[in-house]
Amino acid sequence: MTKLWDWGYTWEILPVLAKASIVTIEATFLGFLLAATFGLLLAILRMSKSNWVSVPTAGFVEFVRSTPLLIQIFFIFFVFPEFGVNLSAMTAGVLALGLHYGTYCSEVYRSGLANIPRGQWEASTALNLSPYHTFRDIIIPQAIPPVVPALGNYLVALFKETPLLSAIAVLELMQTAKILGSENFRYTEPITLVGVFFLVFSLITAAGIRQVEHWLNRRGGN
Amino acid sequence: MSVPEARAAGEPIVRFDKVTKRYGSLTVLDELNLDIAAGEKVAIIGPSGSGKTTVLRMLMTLETINDGVIWVDGEPLTHMRKNGGLEPADARHLRRIRGKIGMVFQHFNLFPHMTALKNCMEAPITVLKLPKREAEERAAELLEMVGLADKLHHYPSQLSGGQQQRVAIARACAMRPKIMLFDEVTSALDPELVGEVLNVIRKLGAEHDLTMLMVTHQMGFAKEFADRVCFFYGGKIAEEGRPETLFGSPENERTQQFLSAVLESM
Amino acid sequence: MPLRQLTVCAIVAFTAGLVVASFATFRVFLPGLLEGALVTVEITIGGCVLAVVMAFVAAIAKMYGPWPIRWLAVAYIEVFRGTSALVQLFWLFFVLPHFGILLDPLTVAILTLGLNVGAYGAEVVRGAISSVQRGQWEASTALNMTRMTALRRIIIPQAIVRMIPPWGNLFIELLKATSLVSLITISDLAFKAQQMNATTFRTVEIFSIVLVFYLAIASVITVAMRTLEERAARGIARGRA
Repeated sequence: MTKLWDWGYTWEILPVLAKASIVTIEATFLGFLLAATFGLLLAILRMSKSNWVSVPTAGFVEFVRSTPLLIQIFFIFFVFPEFGVNLSAMTAGVLALGLHYGTYCSEVYRSGLANIPRGQWEASTALNLSPYHTFRDIIIPQAIPPVVPALGNYLVALFKETPLLSAIAVLELMQTAKILGSENFRYTEPITLVGVFFLVFSLITAAGIRQVEHWLNRRGGN
Repeated sequence: MSVPEARAAGEPIVRFDKVTKRYGSLTVLDELNLDIAAGEKVAIIGPSGSGKTTVLRMLMTLETINDGVIWVDGEPLTHMRKNGGLEPADARHLRRIRGKIGMVFQHFNLFPHMTALKNCMEAPITVLKLPKREAEERAAELLEMVGLADKLHHYPSQLSGGQQQRVAIARACAMRPKIMLFDEVTSALDPELVGEVLNVIRKLGAEHDLTMLMVTHQMGFAKEFADRVCFFYGGKIAEEGRPETLFGSPENERTQQFLSAVLESM
Repeated sequence: MPLRQLTVCAIVAFTAGLVVASFATFRVFLPGLLEGALVTVEITIGGCVLAVVMAFVAAIAKMYGPWPIRWLAVAYIEVFRGTSALVQLFWLFFVLPHFGILLDPLTVAILTLGLNVGAYGAEVVRGAISSVQRGQWEASTALNMTRMTALRRIIIPQAIVRMIPPWGNLFIELLKATSLVSLITISDLAFKAQQMNATTFRTVEIFSIVLVFYLAIASVITVAMRTLEERAARGIARGRA
């Protein structure tokens, strides 16, 4: 007597899923914040004149990009306690997301920085600006706007990978859906709803990013 | 051979009947009327933007027409006769008529992943459904005619511009068209390679009963080779006539201006 | 990219050092991990083949199909790109049986990953086909070829060379995504790693070795793609002669 779709069940679980979606959004937001910041740091390190800094950084970026996020999540979750640091699952998850996507963001920043004409660097030197001020006031304000759409795409990608956190039992959407499914012996509605949620959200964000791109192109005039 | 000729003897093989082409608000060709007789060699000259290349491209169905009808060999090209009137042609009709026309491009457009021989074999096999042996023989013959018998198995990247253009001519001939279009075929060539291509065109004109329509900047060649020259200006034919007349004593002021400017650059 | 080679060497050397330091434990882990690696490779190959097929079908349907087919292709691409691989995996694993479709986990894995990466691949195929010069289309029209013939014999052979680098990246994404199948109880490399970690808690060694395994498989893919690209470019002029 299995129905194709149980509407009663659907309305029942909706509030539970809504609460879980907050965890998902939290993880996305924190993870991306970390990724965007860490990525900028990595990009700047990559630009260092000293090979002792730039090469290991490049190696690190390549390594993290070429290996699965899931393994990195497990690694962080299980390794830290061995050194006495006990992380909650959420913290470990956000850390892993930030690390993994930080490397993607660093590549985006690198191309943005590379597009700054050399003259800008030279003018800053001629005006005797410190490296800190050069970056803060001259370079970064010019480098960031063109790469915002690309960063936006990675935000969406990160958002879509938050379900991986269910592997270490973070109570985000996917984990909640699985629990609901196993408790009520019906997986169809929870998982489909989660799928629809992600689809709608990423379609909206993708359209939003296109708008930002459009707006930037009109303003930048490059 | 089995299909009765739709065109009566004496009728033009190509007729532009009040053909208009617009790009947005820009009118490139304005109610063009042009008749080409079978076997005629026509040179089309004029400044850029005058619409001369568009004439060729519309005939080859690379561009759509906004108004008017193009007649090829007695039948409408992009329209079909239906219920006593004309309707937009279906794909089958279009391909049947288009098969009578061939084109050589300014930038050759050879297929880079095929040898010269294969370039000339491809369409006869896939379109005319010729058996491979026959297509190969025909291709080899044509490549010999254009003087490239020793380059059959070379790729376009291994050939000079002039050689590539000659392959392009052979490739178009392999489809045995009745009408050949040449779109500024020497404009992209280094000067010393222009002659070999013009020689092939001369040979083609002498040995085969082809109708040839060429957009060209080679005034000397047009003068010696063409039966008729059309000078295009502003989307219309400003003046046309036999080469001696048009080059020797042009009537239209614009024609005079254009010719003197061209002669200066020679 | 020489940097990549350097990185691989450095990582391998580092792990080799770790390995030597814990030689006994390494010998204990290796057989199990190799088993898992085999499953990972199996799923990767199956998924990649399906992805390429789906990408071509969807791209051509989207570019040249009649409007119902085009709509289907767009829907497929948007749905599989708009939801994550894990959600799709769970959906196909938990929900399909409910509709009467019973598949073994391995099939579900290959199906999901192939469909997922295929959706991204469709954009790669579309982009490569669009990048072939217009003159090639015009020459094909002048020779009176149908659109399908021109696509098949002239355009796609030229598009394939340009597709290879982006496909290389997608194949590596697929490889990384195979780790997700460990969550539907398939004994791949990631599953074995988790399993061994749960019993022995030698986290650093196990996961380091596993990461190197993935890196090694990824390097094989990269080298294979580069060789393929060189062979496909033979004879073709890059740009105009």
